[in-house]
Amino acid sequence: MKTLRFITAGNVDDGKSTLIGRLLYDSDSIHTDQLGILQKQIRQEGQEIDLALITDGLRAEREQGITIDVAYKYFSTQKRKFIIADAPGHEQYTRNMITGTSNSDLIIILVDARKGITVQTKRHASIGSLMGIKKAIIAINKIDLVNYSEEVFEQIKVDFEAIKSNLKFDEIIYLPVSALVGDNIVEKSHRTPWYEGEALLKLLEKIEIPSTENLSSRFQVQWVIRPKNDDFHDYRGYAGLVLSGNYKVGDSVKIYPSEIETKIIKIEKNLETITEAKAGENVVLHFDGNFDISRGDAVVKSEEILTSGSAINSWISWLDHTELQIGKTYILQHRFRNVRAKVVAINRKWDVNEWKFSTTDTIKLNDIAQIAIKTNQNLFYDSFIDNPKSGNAILIDETTFATVGALMFLEQNN
Amino acid sequence: MSINSTDYLAQLENEAIYILRETAAQFEKPALLFSGGKDSIVLVHLALKAFRPGKFPFPLVHVDTGHNFPEAIAFRDYLTQKIGEKLIVADVEKSIKKYNLEETKGRFPSRNALQTYALLDVIEENEFDACIGGARRDEEKARAKERIFSVRDDFGQWDPKLQRPELWDILNGKVQKGNNVRVFPISNWTELDIWNYIQKNNIELPSLYFAHDRECIVHQDKLVATSKFIQPLPGDVVVNQKVRYRTVGDMTCTAAVPSQAATIQDIIDDIIITRVSERGQTRLDDLLSEAAMEDRKKQGYF
Repeated sequence: MKTLRFITAGNVDDGKSTLIGRLLYDSDSIHTDQLGILQKQIRQEGQEIDLALITDGLRAEREQGITIDVAYKYFSTQKRKFIIADAPGHEQYTRNMITGTSNSDLIIILVDARKGITVQTKRHASIGSLMGIKKAIIAINKIDLVNYSEEVFEQIKVDFEAIKSNLKFDEIIYLPVSALVGDNIVEKSHRTPWYEGEALLKLLEKIEIPSTENLSSRFQVQWVIRPKNDDFHDYRGYAGLVLSGNYKVGDSVKIYPSEIETKIIKIEKNLETITEAKAGENVVLHFDGNFDISRGDAVVKSEEILTSGSAINSWISWLDHTELQIGKTYILQHRFRNVRAKVVAINRKWDVNEWKFSTTDTIKLNDIAQIAIKTNQNLFYDSFIDNPKSGNAILIDETTFATVGALMFLEQNN
Repeated sequence: MSINSTDYLAQLENEAIYILRETAAQFEKPALLFSGGKDSIVLVHLALKAFRPGKFPFPLVHVDTGHNFPEAIAFRDYLTQKIGEKLIVADVEKSIKKYNLEETKGRFPSRNALQTYALLDVIEENEFDACIGGARRDEEKARAKERIFSVRDDFGQWDPKLQRPELWDILNGKVQKGNNVRVFPISNWTELDIWNYIQKNNIELPSLYFAHDRECIVHQDKLVATSKFIQPLPGDVVVNQKVRYRTVGDMTCTAAVPSQAATIQDIIDDIIITRVSERGQTRLDDLLSEAAMEDRKKQGYF
């Protein structure tokens, strides 16, 4: 089974940290010395073990009682390895959630059973969907505080079903839990006999991650291997990651931006020759003929189409404390290729709380909007919806080199 | 827990090779920090897969505290010679003299903090703009928040509040002059992943990792080997028993664990039943305070 990377979304009060703590604690992933440290803290306050403390990393955070950043937590069962992106849920930390979401295959959205679907629920669902997550678990937490009521669970389910058409999830699972008590986390709870599904851990072990193997084939040259020594005098290999699809020996390919047409004559992986390279693998491609091919060049099968252009519409999630400046030149990093780019217009802003577009002149930290970009050279890309591996990029400030924006390209005429 | 599948190991390997190639491509003068420990040995192995038949696009750099296990140093020299790559040794003893640094006091002194001086010197002398390290996020909670590309200032300092967001697997390695980046290709590996990978790939390791007879002082339920740096004092309980090392740090502050593990499979079995974290069991310097690692990282440690 492939590793499952997931993010838990919820506000402090929704029991997010408790849920993560419970998963780690009940799956025996907390080492005894780390528990010792937790117990030491607890003794001072005269409480029981606070599961939420397991996820609080830095002293600065504990002092202020907040989560500054995304922390990654690891645990595994006999079936699968898991990586949890633990990001804060407050609106002012939307950028952290965007970061955590970008590295996740699944989102667990925590809903307080007593409160039902809130503005926060909608924000978290909206961000997860926008960032391309296909699988969602709606964990209706604190079910113990509503007397394990099936009616409450069903009502929240109905309410979420009513809004899901706005989201692009392929699969939504509803799950009643109590992170604090442990109901339906590792074992199915006898206190929710009306719930027909499985406990959270079982669900996590089984969930299939959509593969990029069936998408169009995408490969960018990451690094050119040219030993130039006696044994490998003519060796010229193009190393990179198969972003999606597959490449076989004998495939006719076109290389962009040069538009060179050639054939793949050899594929290597981990120093061994293979016949087919699949999505997710780092391979070295060899082409028929000697060409000037460099880092960032796109290798596309002759029969497949890749969008090219220098006027691009895109979603942007703004991550920096300074505002986006229209007309200013930024560096746009599209995987291994850097071009210079200007934002020429802000088309509309997406209100993640209200789920509606509005017009705006400024984009600030945590804002999400649709913009028009102009680049100094053609980009060779897909829309993020069609291919999340070649439809994304980052914007970098030219002077501070900070990563200021996450881009998800829209279809050309959007 | 052990996972009945090797898919996930291939994923970890792919991710690490990707990061190594990205480092080679984005930086002008990278270096790979090599300690002779298992994590950096795995890094070297991954670099072979990333760059052969070409040469490594970076030298190996060892920050030698002068308190290393002789077995680790011998293995370091053996490996670098075997693969034919360049090794630069940064000497902590030299920095101690140069800056007139005061040695850490106490029975089991750690040169961890002093190591930072030699590291920053070697970075400056060679104008390294990226240092690849074998730190893992599961080791310690300050590391759980570490980036793959972690930006450091002139003083090597890490400020958790100023770290860049890392979106998807797109890595931004651009830094202003004077700043440099620490790169962590095996961030997402756990201790068990490392051992499973070593087993799957038949990676050679220093003998220290396997059970051997050693004379140790029992100090607060930890076993510290006697050596030219650590001699028993009257009243010490000294035992001679089969031990192995879970981590390889300084002889002065790395504890051995009782073990009969003769093979990698034995070690994996050991780890699965051990409920104490790697650093908690073997590092005397992390026990000092709960935020010990957070503080060291802020000062330029990796």
